[in-house]
Amino acid sequence: MPPRPGFSPIAFGDRRRDHGVIADPLTPPSPPSAAPDPGPDAASPSVDPGSRGRGPSRHRTRLGHGALLRNRDDRLIGGVAGGLARRVRIDATLLRVGLVFLALSGFGLIGYVVAWLVIPLEGDSGSVGARAMTDRKGMITVVAFLPVLVAVLVVTSALRAGLLSSFAWFGYFTGAGLILIYRNAGDDERGWLRQSFDPVLDLGKGSRWSFVLRVVAGLALLGGGLYFLIRGRSNAAALVPLGAVAMLIAAIVLVFGPWWFRLTRDLVSERQARVKAEVRADMAARVHDSVLQTLALIQRSAADPDRVVQLARTQERDLRSWLFGGRQPGTTDADDEMTLAAAVEELAREVEEAHGVPIDVVAVGDCRLDDELRAMLAAGREATVNSAKWSGAPAVSLFTEVGRKKVSMFVRDRGSGFDPDAVPDDRQGIATSIRGRMDRVGGKVTIRSALGEGSEIELSVPRQKGRP
Amino acid sequence: MTNPVPTVFLVDDHDLFRAGVRSELGDSVDLVGEADEVRAAIEMIGERLPDVVLVDVHMPDGGGQAVIESVKRHHPEVLFLALSVSDAPEDVIAVIRAGARGYVTKTISGPDLIEAVMRVAGGDAVFSPRLAGFVLDAFSNELPDGTRASVDPELDQLSPREQEVLRLIARGYTYKETARELSISTKTVESHVSSVLRKLQLSTRHQLARWATERRLI
Repeated sequence: MPPRPGFSPIAFGDRRRDHGVIADPLTPPSPPSAAPDPGPDAASPSVDPGSRGRGPSRHRTRLGHGALLRNRDDRLIGGVAGGLARRVRIDATLLRVGLVFLALSGFGLIGYVVAWLVIPLEGDSGSVGARAMTDRKGMITVVAFLPVLVAVLVVTSALRAGLLSSFAWFGYFTGAGLILIYRNAGDDERGWLRQSFDPVLDLGKGSRWSFVLRVVAGLALLGGGLYFLIRGRSNAAALVPLGAVAMLIAAIVLVFGPWWFRLTRDLVSERQARVKAEVRADMAARVHDSVLQTLALIQRSAADPDRVVQLARTQERDLRSWLFGGRQPGTTDADDEMTLAAAVEELAREVEEAHGVPIDVVAVGDCRLDDELRAMLAAGREATVNSAKWSGAPAVSLFTEVGRKKVSMFVRDRGSGFDPDAVPDDRQGIATSIRGRMDRVGGKVTIRSALGEGSEIELSVPRQKGRP
Repeated sequence: MTNPVPTVFLVDDHDLFRAGVRSELGDSVDLVGEADEVRAAIEMIGERLPDVVLVDVHMPDGGGQAVIESVKRHHPEVLFLALSVSDAPEDVIAVIRAGARGYVTKTISGPDLIEAVMRVAGGDAVFSPRLAGFVLDAFSNELPDGTRASVDPELDQLSPREQEVLRLIARGYTYKETARELSISTKTVESHVSSVLRKLQLSTRHQLARWATERRLI
């Protein structure tokens, strides 16, 4: 999911912040952009500010301390211990230690998952389990893992490893419970879960080599284990149950394989559909914030053609920079990161907004800004504003070129023009400020203009050796 | 060109935009047809054989590039002028390489558009300031970090005169103003621009792709 600064994870991130939750070792606080699955929040960019921070406390007062609810604030995994501790008024940490001991036996683990499913989270309308009952696909997924359990049980019984088989049972039910919880939990809870399991999910995302290495190491260990198992029995007859197990597994794969395959494909396509919906919601929000707003403004100022043109140009620039420049609409690059071409675009946008005259920008080559170029940009801005304000031309052309020896900038209009030798007093200052700026950095100014023929101001600074 | 008024065909998938162009062109040209999708456009252009086709760069099913390429295969005499709102240099360069005789942005004014159509109908190339900028960029050997790109001997370099002409056009000069500035005739400016267009169309895909990658356009 692309990072979505702005609105999406408000429900999740802000609530945590507002209540000053103690950092949870399993769900480390992360920047809001990392919060997965904004869900329905994404569709509504405007979040009622009044509802922020009220969430949990409101429910707590309404439901009181009487009902057994999972604790939203004091939680390590599902908030079961936190909720139970509050209900029976004992220390949550003590309870957690007890639960960990119970979990070691296996039953505690299943008990915890069942409690998670059955006890509703405070502020939620129902338990996760109730929702899971109607989740057909989730149920199918859980059932689909049954063959794995059967296979493991067959193998362990063949090898007479009873301890392993009990682990398989517990593992299966815990896993099934977690799958159902994950699929049916609320969006915020799912976010917590995903953060807890992120390290596990990231296993496959490493480099290709580390993956290959891991597979090779895993196979080597498997081979080693089998070798020791067989050696323990010292005769070839031990291979018979092993062979039988292998055939059983093959049979299971054959029977259930296509079904599994379809199931995983369904799950993948479901995820893709969700991603698509998210992208669409993101686009809708952007379009709403920029294009639709501008269209509304245009309708309101239909009587003023200049304003309409200006609005349209501004929006066009904004949209372009987003579509082709990878820049967020309405934002600008940080100044120190800015290149010449981006700075010129920015300059044109500002002058256009201030004076309502379209500025056509053409930039050849690009380089990072330094003090000399900033001075040239400032002088160029004066010249552009001058043209936009005084020449009466319908448009101004702005051309920059980064050459090998110099960087030059041309500001041209086809307006009234002026006689450079007889500049009126009110323009003298501007001409000096252009010339003065360029002189200080060793640049050059050439003004070409004649009355009635428009004007062109050429600015250039020598390119420094080793300029990045 | 046999008619005094060139015949023009318009391909664009936006009804509103077509209506706008239609009213702007008025009686200056003979509008012989319109299409709003690639396949219909190819078929109708093949039947009506207009002098100039105004074609939108961005359309479903391959866009202007697809129209130009398939019409050119059977009717190389049909001339194309690309219209676009896109700024992306790859897109613009792609339609030029497909065989368009020029490129103008959709924000062009009515009279300028008519002039551009006339110029294309007369066999010349139309370079808007933006296109001139792209081409200068494409043929320069300078990379953004200031180092020199490896010069491809196959890539025809622009002559100093051609670079001068393009630079003036990029600065916002019309052909006529360019001619006056360089003390040459407008016809000479046109031939310089046409020769740049030819060089652009002859350069291989590989070279332009490298140009784009080196400048991190892709």
